[in-house]
Amino acid sequence: MKVLVPVKRVIDYNVKVKVKADGTGVDLANVKMSMNPFDEISVEEAIRLKEAGVASEVVVVSIGEKKSTDTIRNALAMGADRGILVTEDQGVDIEPLAVAKILAKVVEEEAPELVILGKQAIDNDMNATGQMLAALLGWGQATFASEVKIEEGKAVVTREVDGGLQTISVNLPAIVTTDLRLNEPRYASLPNIMKAKKKPLDEKTAADYGVDTTPRLNVVTTEEPAGREAGIKVGSVDELIAKLKEGGLV
Amino acid sequence: MAVLCLAETANGTLALDATAKAVSAGAKLGDVTLLVCGPAAAGDEAAKIAGVAKVLVAEDAAYANGLAENIADLIVSLAGDYAHIIAPATTTGKNVLPRVAALLDVMVISDVIEVVDGDTFKRPVYAGNAVQTVKSTDATKVISFRTSTFDAAADGGSAAVESVAGAGDKGLSAFVEDKVVESDRPELTSAKVIVSGGRGVGSEESFAIIEALADKLGAAVGASRAAVDSGFAPNDQQVGQTGKVVAPELYIACGISGAIQHLAGMKDSKVIVAINKDEEAPIFQVADFGLVADLFDAVPELTSKL
Repeated sequence: MKVLVPVKRVIDYNVKVKVKADGTGVDLANVKMSMNPFDEISVEEAIRLKEAGVASEVVVVSIGEKKSTDTIRNALAMGADRGILVTEDQGVDIEPLAVAKILAKVVEEEAPELVILGKQAIDNDMNATGQMLAALLGWGQATFASEVKIEEGKAVVTREVDGGLQTISVNLPAIVTTDLRLNEPRYASLPNIMKAKKKPLDEKTAADYGVDTTPRLNVVTTEEPAGREAGIKVGSVDELIAKLKEGGLV
Repeated sequence: MAVLCLAETANGTLALDATAKAVSAGAKLGDVTLLVCGPAAAGDEAAKIAGVAKVLVAEDAAYANGLAENIADLIVSLAGDYAHIIAPATTTGKNVLPRVAALLDVMVISDVIEVVDGDTFKRPVYAGNAVQTVKSTDATKVISFRTSTFDAAADGGSAAVESVAGAGDKGLSAFVEDKVVESDRPELTSAKVIVSGGRGVGSEESFAIIEALADKLGAAVGASRAAVDSGFAPNDQQVGQTGKVVAPELYIACGISGAIQHLAGMKDSKVIVAINKDEEAPIFQVADFGLVADLFDAVPELTSKL
């Protein structure tokens, strides 16, 4: 079984984002970029399926500017087998709908039985690409996965939902999107980082797939959220209770 | 123009709070028709929400467990009559709506916090560290609304209830089981008071002191990602960028350092109290009242003195 894992290069999750003063976006100059944390979890899950003898090959794909090569190499160093880079550099975030359309074409070519995606990218926080890809392919979807078991022709997936956990089974081929508790991604070892440089990496463009990536949502402005001032420190529990009573909160 | 809103249901009952909040958001766009995937009784309850023009009830096992493939097809079959298709930004809404949007060849607009006009919406990005105003060029707008930023529509409505049938089960996926956490405490996303514990709580057993304070206050229990990852608290209690977003009257953070991902889920709370022994913890930068103390002393003391 071939597994396809899309990965996105995003601002590192430890970086405090700064909004540009002119309202045109956030400042990404000289900011540390990393693989989207949910995508690391997806890569890890695919590699574990391969180590368990369930998956035969793990292919990673990234769509974006040329620098996304680093993100693919990172996944290859973790243990993925080969990469596909689809360059599309329009200077703005490529929307999940366009990403899903490109991925649908990659799926047509690669014919994986399972596509594992992060449930959301921590930059646009849209939480959409996996569900959109499932729709375009007419496949079943198991989103927000905290456990994935592959059985005969099916994936049995436990999902993190608002009320607790839900288990569903989806027919393969299927889309799975990963939540935080699915696994803890490994660090790439130095020898594996070196080996990853020799692993195959194909380069394509969005135009190769004939996909129009024109945004459907025009960003009018990007602003700082309403700020919150630090309040006061209280010296004791009694003082805290007095303050809460003053505010009618308890 | 008309708005189709997917009502939130759980175990065959209407989740009134989330649904009523999505209705009040949708009312800014037009007349709201509620689609209830559940039994007739849930539809009757939905009809009582003020401002609902009509209720459509799809009482079919194929739609009962929130399976996205079946519900998305049902919504698409109804979509022609509506300019906006909306839902509360719950795990069900987030599962179903992007699928609907892709089937209609439009972008989804997730987690909207403000309606500017019928095409223009505000939504947080980068864990809430920036707010984007986006204008949609699509014919149909598919939108999930962040419930914590909208007041629930009142009751007192008496909308007509009709039943609708869709194509039923597509057979792509099947429900196996729910493990729902039973609790007498208020629901996290609608609670007026929340007591949350973080890594500092140290163990699942120690979480009892968080729960004791919550019970004293009639509050819901929340947790940081670190606490959930460590197994101190279940996943449905996670507050943050990728968990639940809450805005209660009072949020008491105990042993939570205040990572940006956690702040993204609670910084719109009216009053924030932080109890942490590290006076440098970033949580104090957003707290109205900060107490530098060992939570194992301060939290039980607070519980006993309230």
